[in-house]
Amino acid sequence: MDAPAELAPVISARDLRVRYGDRDVLRGLTFEVRHGETMVVIGGSGSGKSTLLRTVVGLKKPSSGEVRIKGVDIAKAPAREVDAIRKKIGLAFQDGALIGSLSVGENIALPLLEHTTLEPTTVEVMVRIKLEQVGLSGCENYGPSQLSGGMRKRAAFARALAMDPEILFFDEPSAGLDPITAAGIDDLILNLKKAYAMTMVVVTHELASAFLIADRIILLDRGNIVAMGPAQEVKNSRHPRVRQFLDRIADSTQDDDVDHLRMYTEGIR
Amino acid sequence: MQFVAEVGDATERSVAYVGGLAQLFGKSLQLLFLSPLKRSRLLDRTVHQAMAVGVGALPIISLITFFVGVIIALQGAYELQRLGAMQLVASLVSISITRELGPLVTSIVVIGRSGSAFAAEIGTMRVTEELDALETMALNPVAFLVVPKFLAMAVMMPCLAIWADLMGVMGGCLFGVVGANFTFGSYLIATREALVLHDVTTGIVKSLVFGLVITAVGCQEGFSTGAGAEEVGRSTTSAVVISILLVILIDLVFTTLFYVARGVA
Repeated sequence: MDAPAELAPVISARDLRVRYGDRDVLRGLTFEVRHGETMVVIGGSGSGKSTLLRTVVGLKKPSSGEVRIKGVDIAKAPAREVDAIRKKIGLAFQDGALIGSLSVGENIALPLLEHTTLEPTTVEVMVRIKLEQVGLSGCENYGPSQLSGGMRKRAAFARALAMDPEILFFDEPSAGLDPITAAGIDDLILNLKKAYAMTMVVVTHELASAFLIADRIILLDRGNIVAMGPAQEVKNSRHPRVRQFLDRIADSTQDDDVDHLRMYTEGIR
Repeated sequence: MQFVAEVGDATERSVAYVGGLAQLFGKSLQLLFLSPLKRSRLLDRTVHQAMAVGVGALPIISLITFFVGVIIALQGAYELQRLGAMQLVASLVSISITRELGPLVTSIVVIGRSGSAFAAEIGTMRVTEELDALETMALNPVAFLVVPKFLAMAVMMPCLAIWADLMGVMGGCLFGVVGANFTFGSYLIATREALVLHDVTTGIVKSLVFGLVITAVGCQEGFSTGAGAEEVGRSTTSAVVISILLVILIDLVFTTLFYVARGVA
């Protein structure tokens, strides 16, 4: 389901580079995420996909290049504009990142109470609705530490959904979960996609789930985009590095260097 | 030459550190007046902090300053007895407690209870990405976490210092009644005659500054926490060590200034 081409991209990155000390983590990424599409970023550990997510939402400043969300340069815009954008996005962190001193319900209520003028009773109802959406009804009064890993992730989804965001970001939504819970999370993402037509960016290394939920896929390798395109196209790609990742073939050190060189000679798709 | 370079490095780092504290304080002050967050919610969080920082510390501060009062009285009496000036115990205790030991002991206790807790709380939030979560929810971590702590400390530290003064005097009174020929009433009258308002305000001004320093160091250490649980422990430790050092240093400066000012006047 491709969005109409004339729509302006919701997120656009241009020649995005990030360095940690003297290590290049992202080496010049250019991509766009269109309105209403689900973009899945896959890649191995250390490929830079989490850094990419952190840079897009402005938690990490790029060393060069720029990221724009709805046209606002997230690294350079004044705090007020960035805050305005951030009220329209939701980010579900890998381990939930729920505020430990607040209950699950209070966590979800937090952005609503801080940023809206809704009555506390209304907020209470909204919290209940959001929790029901992620299958956690009745868990309002638990502390984050009392929840299992899967429940914490779901609670984090509920918090990300609290402000009815236009863009949702997921960091490793199914990492470290059993297959049944992981499938439940995939269903949840598909439901959100169907029901609200939200723009979503999902970072994951779970291939099955990636191809299930993605409209388009970016495959990151060592800070470079080695493949980008509709899910099916990436699945059928014959690029050696893509094949290696999709067919789960371990790195052999010699091939590794050759591949690495080939990556530069073939250029970035 | 190596040694000189190291001294220079250490000096530069210390100045930069204090600069960082000042920056955090300035940022908090700015966000207090220009906060994008709701005022009523800020008040709630401040009251919550004030309860933890102030009211929670009352029993332990009462106990410790009471004992310190007794100790000062005992120690003073040891000398004063030889001079036959036991009646001066009351003024000795009241002046050393209100000008110096009340605020100092209070701040040491508050460092141990709250300065360390600030560092641990913010440090843990750094490790678990809660600070990042706050930021992506458009809740500035300084406005959300640090401003209420500064406010709570600015209100509670002077209150605690006044309470500590009272308990210290009570400690001295215990010795005065038991060990010197005071009655409860006559000890309090002697205390009142020994003290001038300036003694008490000096202590209160000190305690206010101590409170701000403890908050700034605790929060700064929390924010600079690296990755992992071990780092939270390190932040907490350095928050306590640096706070104690800075409080004693500032106390020295204040006491010197007050001493010099007294000489002039």
